[in-house]
Amino acid sequence: MNWDWQVFCRNTIDGEVMPRCFGNGGEITYLDWLISAWGWTLSVALLSLIVALLFGSIMGILRTTPSRGLVLLGNAWTELFRNIPLLVQIFLWYHVVPSLIPPLREVPSFLLVVMGLGLFTSARISEQVRAGIMSLPRGQRMAGLAIGFTLPQTYRYVLLPMAFRIVIPPLTSESMNIIKNSAVAFAVSISELTMFALQAQEETARGIEIYLAVTGLYFISAFSINRIMHAVENRMQVPGMIGGSK
Amino acid sequence: MMLNLDFAFLTPAVLSGYVVKGFIFSLQLTLIAMLGGIFLGTLLALMRLSGRTWLVMPAAAYVNTMRSIPLVMVILWFFLLIPLVTGRPLGAEMSAIITFTLFEAAYYSEIMRAGIQSIPRGQVAAGYAIGMNYSQTMRIVVLPQAFRNMLPVLLTQTIILFQDTSLVYAIGAYDMLKGFEIVGKNFNRPVETYLVAALLYFVISFSLSTLVKRLQSRISIIR
Repeated sequence: MNWDWQVFCRNTIDGEVMPRCFGNGGEITYLDWLISAWGWTLSVALLSLIVALLFGSIMGILRTTPSRGLVLLGNAWTELFRNIPLLVQIFLWYHVVPSLIPPLREVPSFLLVVMGLGLFTSARISEQVRAGIMSLPRGQRMAGLAIGFTLPQTYRYVLLPMAFRIVIPPLTSESMNIIKNSAVAFAVSISELTMFALQAQEETARGIEIYLAVTGLYFISAFSINRIMHAVENRMQVPGMIGGSK
Repeated sequence: MMLNLDFAFLTPAVLSGYVVKGFIFSLQLTLIAMLGGIFLGTLLALMRLSGRTWLVMPAAAYVNTMRSIPLVMVILWFFLLIPLVTGRPLGAEMSAIITFTLFEAAYYSEIMRAGIQSIPRGQVAAGYAIGMNYSQTMRIVVLPQAFRNMLPVLLTQTIILFQDTSLVYAIGAYDMLKGFEIVGKNFNRPVETYLVAALLYFVISFSLSTLVKRLQSRISIIR
């Protein structure tokens, strides 16, 4: 087959090749579009990650508390968001939630997708945070309470500083998953990489070049997250533990 | 809150006309991709553990590539590439079945690899000691134990697979979600149909994962 990488230098309106590969004055090339789509993918993924870490940590912590009600709440949350496919959850946020809660109709669909992807991922993170806390010897909790810490203080000063470091490796793979899962946002017309791939493929009929570029950018994004998390892991390592000997 | 929900249009006739067809395809896709994926995945795992570079390298490259690309992109890639290879267009459903089998093989292979590695080395030595060759040792001694140890994880992956089948939306294959979507469009009731679709996915996934948990405690080998 013949490669035609010039496709990225074509402008998106009449398909003419632009001299410097970037559009000027209102016109954009497929390269411009690709870069902006990458930006959307990264924004969706990173904002969702923040939502997921926030809710996932809270729910994970609740599931380890002595209160039955809070444990039940955390468990219900996790089961709810884990057992519905991501695509269906995105549709629920996009079609169902705004019509049940009218004020949400003004919210841009970008934020609805962030909530959908974020809460979906929060269920997985809650599992990991819970496992991290449970992996600590129970003497640590008792010691915290014995020296007069309240329960929240025990979590803040004794349990969580250890637990969060233990769960960094699974959180790394979850952060890479969130980049991959953000691809589902195409289904509600967010102009991210997969949406770009679908539309540009149709307009230019150069599917292979377009898909290769998009796949490459997904790969680079996920790999960068992996490196960043690895650096965090090294900085945060607990001295004297097996994982921390490097 | 304005709750104007009305589920009356979801009669058995409507469901069997639009949804059942999609539901059967979702199940078919899940089962074929599970069986095919576990078979291919086991072969990939054996390749990676063979210690021969010419087998390890391609298997590792395949698994790592598949695992680092979003499933939606893999679905789109296969939908684009399969016709170029076979020379004629293939339906979205057939394309989805091939894609999911090959894609899930990568994930199942990682599970099987962990399963095989969890078998004590002495088991292999014992197999050789009583005169079995490599394939007999694997088939009769190692793989049955690896399967048993990994059964809960394999099934959990299958539940994830079942949920992921909804992504065939990207190429327009007719699955359960698509069935509900069409009903929602025809009756102009997208809110109700998406709610019912979500509920159905939830009930299926939740009951399956509860069964897996129960199974897990029953089949674990006591050491």
